[in-house]
Amino acid sequence: MFGIPILSLVTWLPLLGAIILIFIPKSQKELLRIFANAWALFCFFVSLPLVFSFDKTLKGLQFIEDYQWIPSLGARYQLGIDGLSLSLIMLTTLLGVIAIFSSWSAISERVKEYYVFLLMLQTGMIGTFVAADMFLFYVFWEIMLVPMYFLIGIWGSDRRLYSAIKFFLYTLVGSVLILLGIIKLYFIFPDAISSARGIYEETIKTMAEGNQPMIAMLARAADKNLSPNGSFNIWAMQAMANSRSLNGLPLIPVNLQLWLFAAFAIGFAIKVPMFPFHTWLPDAHTDAPTAGSVILAAILLKMGTYGFLRFNLPILGDACRDQRVLNIVIPLAIIGIVYGALCAMAQKDMKRLIAYSSVSHLGFAMLGMFALNPNGINGSIMQQINHGISTGGLFLLVGVIYERRHTRLISEYGGLAQKMPNFAAIFMIFTLSSIGLPLLNGFIGEFLLLRGTFEANHKWAIFGVVGIVLGAAYMLWLYQRMFFGEIENEKNQDLQDLNWREMLYFAPLIFLVFAIGIYPKPILDIIDGPTSSIVKQANPYYFEKTQVNWSTNLGQTSVPSPTPTPSSTASPTPSSEQTPTTSPSSTPSATPNPESKENNSTPKPASTAKPEKEEKKF
Amino acid sequence: MFLLQTFPSWRQILFLMPELQLTMFACLVLVLDVLLPRGKKTFTAYASLIAIAFTSIGLISTYFATSKALPLLIFYEMYVLDYFAFSFKAIILIAAAISIAISIKYLDAEKEQRGDYYSLILFATVGMMFMASGYNLLMLYVSLELMAITVYILVGYLKTNDKSNEAAIKYFLLGAFSSAIFLYGISLIYATTGQTNLSRIAFKISIIILADDSKVSLGVNYLLALSVILIGTGLLFKVAAVPFHMWAPDAYEGAPTPITGFMSVGVKTASYAMLARIFLVAFPTLRTIKLLPGWTSLLIIVAALTMTIGNIAAMTQKNTKRMLAYSSISHAGFVLLGVISGNQVGYTGLIIYLLSYTIMNAGVFGVIAALRRDDIKGDRLEHLNGLVKKNPALAVMMLVFLIGLAGIPPTAGFVGKYMLFAGLIKADNIWYNRLAVLAVINTVLSFYYYAQIIKAMFIENMIDDKAVTLHPSSKIALVFAAILTIFIGFYPQPFIEFSELASGNLAPTLNKGTVPVATPTPTQVPNLLPK
Repeated sequence: MFGIPILSLVTWLPLLGAIILIFIPKSQKELLRIFANAWALFCFFVSLPLVFSFDKTLKGLQFIEDYQWIPSLGARYQLGIDGLSLSLIMLTTLLGVIAIFSSWSAISERVKEYYVFLLMLQTGMIGTFVAADMFLFYVFWEIMLVPMYFLIGIWGSDRRLYSAIKFFLYTLVGSVLILLGIIKLYFIFPDAISSARGIYEETIKTMAEGNQPMIAMLARAADKNLSPNGSFNIWAMQAMANSRSLNGLPLIPVNLQLWLFAAFAIGFAIKVPMFPFHTWLPDAHTDAPTAGSVILAAILLKMGTYGFLRFNLPILGDACRDQRVLNIVIPLAIIGIVYGALCAMAQKDMKRLIAYSSVSHLGFAMLGMFALNPNGINGSIMQQINHGISTGGLFLLVGVIYERRHTRLISEYGGLAQKMPNFAAIFMIFTLSSIGLPLLNGFIGEFLLLRGTFEANHKWAIFGVVGIVLGAAYMLWLYQRMFFGEIENEKNQDLQDLNWREMLYFAPLIFLVFAIGIYPKPILDIIDGPTSSIVKQANPYYFEKTQVNWSTNLGQTSVPSPTPTPSSTASPTPSSEQTPTTSPSSTPSATPNPESKENNSTPKPASTAKPEKEEKKF
Repeated sequence: MFLLQTFPSWRQILFLMPELQLTMFACLVLVLDVLLPRGKKTFTAYASLIAIAFTSIGLISTYFATSKALPLLIFYEMYVLDYFAFSFKAIILIAAAISIAISIKYLDAEKEQRGDYYSLILFATVGMMFMASGYNLLMLYVSLELMAITVYILVGYLKTNDKSNEAAIKYFLLGAFSSAIFLYGISLIYATTGQTNLSRIAFKISIIILADDSKVSLGVNYLLALSVILIGTGLLFKVAAVPFHMWAPDAYEGAPTPITGFMSVGVKTASYAMLARIFLVAFPTLRTIKLLPGWTSLLIIVAALTMTIGNIAAMTQKNTKRMLAYSSISHAGFVLLGVISGNQVGYTGLIIYLLSYTIMNAGVFGVIAALRRDDIKGDRLEHLNGLVKKNPALAVMMLVFLIGLAGIPPTAGFVGKYMLFAGLIKADNIWYNRLAVLAVINTVLSFYYYAQIIKAMFIENMIDDKAVTLHPSSKIALVFAAILTIFIGFYPQPFIEFSELASGNLAPTLNKGTVPVATPTPTQVPNLLPK
């Protein structure tokens, strides 16, 4: 865009702010606060052009930046975003401002370090979403751990040290496994590509149709002369995963895919967190300062789901479809939904309750994702965004009341609605949004993902609905205990309602709650492109009208149809010979796109047969 | 032709410039110590720093003078100049410089400021530099002893301190044993192959292994395996790998803190240079031995044990020096991964890892040494409490070093760890993959105890309010180390490039010296085999 490396700007500006903050003297607390807030707002405004100049119709990555970084390792400084990254980046920059703004009066000691760490964290998170290179992705992924450790450890409550180290170690276990997966993919790539170069080139043309910079980037990744040490490009990996060798087999053997899937999935599942790996989350959320909890819930957890959508589904699609994997992932997601909800119901501490509700909500996101159809994945992404907004809002609300009363125990409150009417109203809005009331944002995500899940297997959807009912139960019960009735605790008599500053930072979130709930189309438009490409990669048979029994184990039999991916339907052999001459926009593979649009609106013919098949297996 | 080989020319002596310079400076420092009055002895430290500066210049000029002709085998193939030797000498000089810089204030606090200390460090450094360049088992052994004996003395340098004395005697006794074992290994190798030159040993062994139809073959194989084990034992003792690590915590705790740092980086790096050189140049064919375990499988076990036991033991320590001793044991295990991997990625990782480990660990010990002031020993975990309030810059530098040691980007430690793991994964072997998984789990374990230090510095409250200040020289050293740690983390390219050249030298080299070749070519060698 006008030659400005906007993604780099959005990513590194917060860090620059942190560096400037270091040079402001410690005693100037007001100056530090004003500067940090102004800088965060500035960063948010810098990220706005991304939305306005984002081209929804373009496939693949936009705003690509691609520079040499460590040629010996094959790592490049590659940035680029698609709709999925865009929505999460905007969520990050917005919540970054709100989190920093909400700390104005909450943080009174070690102010400077606090803002430095928050801004560093911001860089790490945005970087994770913009990185198009696995090595860079990993670097950002890890950079963000250290500031978060300090945020919990220094400004947290009660058991902050325990929670901080637990958070760090859990995430680190996951990320080192991801690192192994990344290394393995990196070493597979050159050999796999050299065996099927023509098909790979065909695949990248379909993946990035009409997106010349991206095609160039992917072509360079596979070129022995231009990148002699291989490549870490995430989209090149996806293209490799989408290509099939001449006998129709995936370029990464399914057996290896299962191992890689395990490495990536454990890493990301810890971050999400999915059921057996979730124990760090209640601790970290509860003990973090308000801004830390907001960022943890709203963004850090999304990095896990983002990882699934970037790595596991598109790159390891054959493993995703594998019945063995589904038999593990889906039950875990369902257990997460129900168990998280039940745990939330039993909590005495507000923050813990909301933390467990996150486990439940993210369980939904995982369930929808592994339905492996457009509705499910669209719903999953929507659910992630909505969870960021509503849970972020709820943590902010808890922060407000904690600042006044210094306790988070639900039993300490009651009848607050009389003293704090505005607070009660806003709490109600976020509660209902979290429950999924129609016309509020939560509904859209849950509806879409449950619809997708129902398409895939209606039994799964039944469990999902149970989770929604439980969600309504614990949230409304929390609301009832806190706000209704008479004020019984003397200490609550002279509570102040929200001040203008607090109203100000709730305003954008409330606006989003209603905006997404009433008219979600702008966001759905943005994420629709990535969703359909993910579905094509993870579950290519979805778009084919033919009935495919996707419980067959692909590892043992070769792919049933001779033309497995929609990309290769466009006769690979002749067009690969004339690659240099044909311009990518005029390649015959334009057909799958309208077809997918059709399918998106009327998926019945393909899906009605599927649940029946699934029933027997599940 | 043959005479040219026999008498090293003056020109060849010039190749030894850096080592010669350092030796002369070491003697000079000794003399200076006698000449200087009591209370002015600090000057010897500056003289030693100048010595290292001159040696570095000598090293660089030697590099540029020879870089076209590398690798060079000189002095009867005793001494080799190649990228590998140069990179390790650079690392060793950095380690020595940082150790000297952080010693100045520490020795003042201990009231032991004398010149012989610095002179001993310089002598040890000479030994290490020869270890990096040695191409003959005897040469390597002599260099090893030069290093070891000086370090024994340095460990016991605090004469009035019981712990220091205990550490020295333990280290000396066990060190002497290990040297003897190493020497025994050399003698067996000589008995089997009739050679002490590394390339020639490799060549002979490959012939012996190839001649597998003979009946003696199995017996010879046993002998070879035994000598590999003995040589390995001697070397693994020096790098403090499990199960030869028992001396390390005591020696590290008792030694003066800068010497602990010097041992954990300098001694370890030099020993690894030697280990890598011997195993990869002399014994590449013994990775697997017919009907016997080759050294790969032995090293896999050692590496697995070293990483895990080092980390688990470090977790419970409350004494920072002991904790870092165990941590450096576990790092020794990580470096072994590079030797095991058997490909260039792993070997490059070994060099990058040692470089980054050296700057980070030396930096950590610099911080610990700075805590020794007045009557505070400074080696307990709680002595670090609230360091961020006393000296924020120092705490931040320590944070950088610790994050680097834990292998978290963007630091040098991550690049090293990444390359070691990549080497293992590239080998594409089920056992290597398992080892890689164990190694990454160990990375996580290690963060647990580094976090204890981070927690003490940033989160706990101070227990004393005595300021922590740095001597200017150690300030420069630590800032240099911290900046290098971050720089390598963000842009490792030049370092990786050089390490790749260096790791290319880890294969048997036969003479390619400037001197006309008068040695038997490989095809002639079989005639010399004992019938």
